[in-house]
Amino acid sequence: MATATATSPAASGTSSPTTARARRNGRALGILAWLCGIVFFLPFGWMLLTSFHSEQDAGTNPPKLDAALTLHGYREFFGSGTGVSPWPPLINSLTASIASTVLVLVLATPAAYALSVKPVRKWTDAMFFFLSTKMLPVVAGLLPVYLIAKNTGMLDNIWLLVILYTSMNLPIAVWMMRSFLADVPVAVLEAASIDGAGLPTVLVRIVAPIVAPGIAATALISFIFSWNELLFARVLTGVTASTAPVFLTSFVTSQGLFLAKVCAAAVCISLPVLAAGFAAQDKLVQGLSLGAVK
Amino acid sequence: MTSSTGSTGAARRLRRRTLPPLALAVSGMLLAAACSGAGGAGGGSGKHSINVLMVNNPQMVDLQKLTAANFTKSTGIKVNFTVLPEDDVRDKITQDFSSQAGQYDVATISNYEAPIFAKNNWLSPLTSQAKADTAFDQSDILPAMQQSLTYQGQLYAEPFYGESSFLMYRKDVFAAKGLTMPAHPTWTQVADLAAKADGAQKDMKGICLRGQPGWGEMIAPLTTVVNTMGGTWFDKDWTAQVDSPAFTKATQFYVNLVRRHGEAGAAQSGFTECLNDLEQSKVAMWYDATSAAGSLEGSGSPVAGKIGYVPAPVDQTSNSGWLYTWAWGVQKASSHQSDAWKFISWASGKGYENLVGKQLGWSRVPAGKRASTYTNPAYVKASSAFATPTLTALKSVDPSNPGVQPRPAPGIQFVGIPEFTDLGTQVSQQLSSAIAGRTSVDSALKASQKLAEKVAKNYAGK
Repeated sequence: MATATATSPAASGTSSPTTARARRNGRALGILAWLCGIVFFLPFGWMLLTSFHSEQDAGTNPPKLDAALTLHGYREFFGSGTGVSPWPPLINSLTASIASTVLVLVLATPAAYALSVKPVRKWTDAMFFFLSTKMLPVVAGLLPVYLIAKNTGMLDNIWLLVILYTSMNLPIAVWMMRSFLADVPVAVLEAASIDGAGLPTVLVRIVAPIVAPGIAATALISFIFSWNELLFARVLTGVTASTAPVFLTSFVTSQGLFLAKVCAAAVCISLPVLAAGFAAQDKLVQGLSLGAVK
Repeated sequence: MTSSTGSTGAARRLRRRTLPPLALAVSGMLLAAACSGAGGAGGGSGKHSINVLMVNNPQMVDLQKLTAANFTKSTGIKVNFTVLPEDDVRDKITQDFSSQAGQYDVATISNYEAPIFAKNNWLSPLTSQAKADTAFDQSDILPAMQQSLTYQGQLYAEPFYGESSFLMYRKDVFAAKGLTMPAHPTWTQVADLAAKADGAQKDMKGICLRGQPGWGEMIAPLTTVVNTMGGTWFDKDWTAQVDSPAFTKATQFYVNLVRRHGEAGAAQSGFTECLNDLEQSKVAMWYDATSAAGSLEGSGSPVAGKIGYVPAPVDQTSNSGWLYTWAWGVQKASSHQSDAWKFISWASGKGYENLVGKQLGWSRVPAGKRASTYTNPAYVKASSAFATPTLTALKSVDPSNPGVQPRPAPGIQFVGIPEFTDLGTQVSQQLSSAIAGRTSVDSALKASQKLAEKVAKNYAGK
């Protein structure tokens, strides 16, 4: 007790500056995080502000911050100027993104299980194979894909994009899901097996709930990549299967002002992804930090 | 037993948790697919519908607005438009027409593409349909336009609107500074005026000239300057002339003028930026397309009524305006040839010009293709500031002889060969760097000459 009493001031004497330093560091990190956040938000904030300006104000150089606000850009996006509805391309994007994401999850989860929990022989080679499919520049495959689509009558068909987006996102999803599944305690799986659970039951009732945040993160990444894809959509779609990013480019003109319209369109088209991100925020943070601490 | 009950309960709970969102997602997706008509290619290519691919210029946006209530209503033909920016639309048209995929029945092509596409057998000739359609009045189309869309005696496209180039200047600024614009200015006079008008108002520069890379951007006005100053891309034997003294002199003049008295950010300025600069009083003059006048004099323009228009400045030639048109071409693989012609006949017809004039305003008429447009009292009255200079410019151009020497291929602001898009764009990147001050004109042209020589090899001696 005497010792404890004797060491107490010394202890408090050393811990106090440490705590203060930790607080200072915490505050500095907080400010840095805010600064980074603002820097990342600035382009979107600028886009948002420009979307509420008139075309003349949006096109000024240097840009006007205090210009009058108007909804003209949004009215144009919803077809007041041309009578062209944005809904068909938005629905096409939604179809391609949701369908491909569901397919990616359905295929990637068992594949990742076979590469992590119960690894197949030469699983590292398999992982490298998945990764190698991303090494070919996308544009290199464009012409063959176009010719195949033309000869099979799949041009301007949204299901072609579903297939392409699924195949494009599958390798990333397998890699992500593998890292999440690697964190599932083997003891839990063994216990389930001892209780008589088969593979489907283990996957659905044991593995899925444990890696739910990881599935959410993978789904969101896959959704975002599909939603934002432009190259294939621009080349392979036309009248009926055109997606939102292609529709966005249709506001660009070389003979007139378009910045406010394009910004309004970009804000509207970003909303579904932002909404999905906010909705899955908690799961996303958990998912992305899964496996970070071993 | 207990275990089994527990298991069943857990399974039920799991199903309750996962099935509704899954079902919602799947049904939403299927509904979406059904709504979007994602059944197959060319969903819009039914019996009485045509697919039209066009560039996103203001005249096309007006057309899109007026089609359903007028053309579709009277003919029953539904028109499905795909509208894209200029570079994208060129890629898409080339991709669809070259493979004869038939996704699009009609597309906007320019007088640069029309002869090349026709030679490749990608377009349907329109001569017989134009002749049979007396209401269309083919003889009313300006001769230079018709000639530029003709290949081996057959007409392959009908112009929607046409343009040349002229010099636009702020009359009020010139008056305030005591400057006079000659009726037919030379480039030397324009450079002198640009120096004097520079700084006439706060942040106002003397002139706006395109400096943005692109064969359709800075190369267009620059080539007209080269033509009138005695230069050419190739001589008649296909010898590249990009580093010749005349080409160098013209380019040096252009780059010096834009660097000394040109707009801010000139290396990134194209048509749109210059239009904005003139509207925002950032420049006193602008040399560009005659079609810009519609926007400058349109409702909402802060400079409407303040702009004067004079012919394209010259040096060694008597005129130097360019010739350009966005025209309708019909894909050979289209299975809706008759409906496609009906649409072209309506969109490029006299009636459509009247419709636009009455419903949207006469300054928005897609002009520059028909002689009758310039005798229409309503149009002439509303466009008095620029109608006559435009017609004069369009009548004075000669695509087969735009400079001081014979040319191996037609074209004023371009060389009518497929390689020119790539060559022009690469050269423009070099010259845009010179405008930005990152390289000299001499070294830019030296590099450009090598590129031009490579192209010339494909044609020399053949």
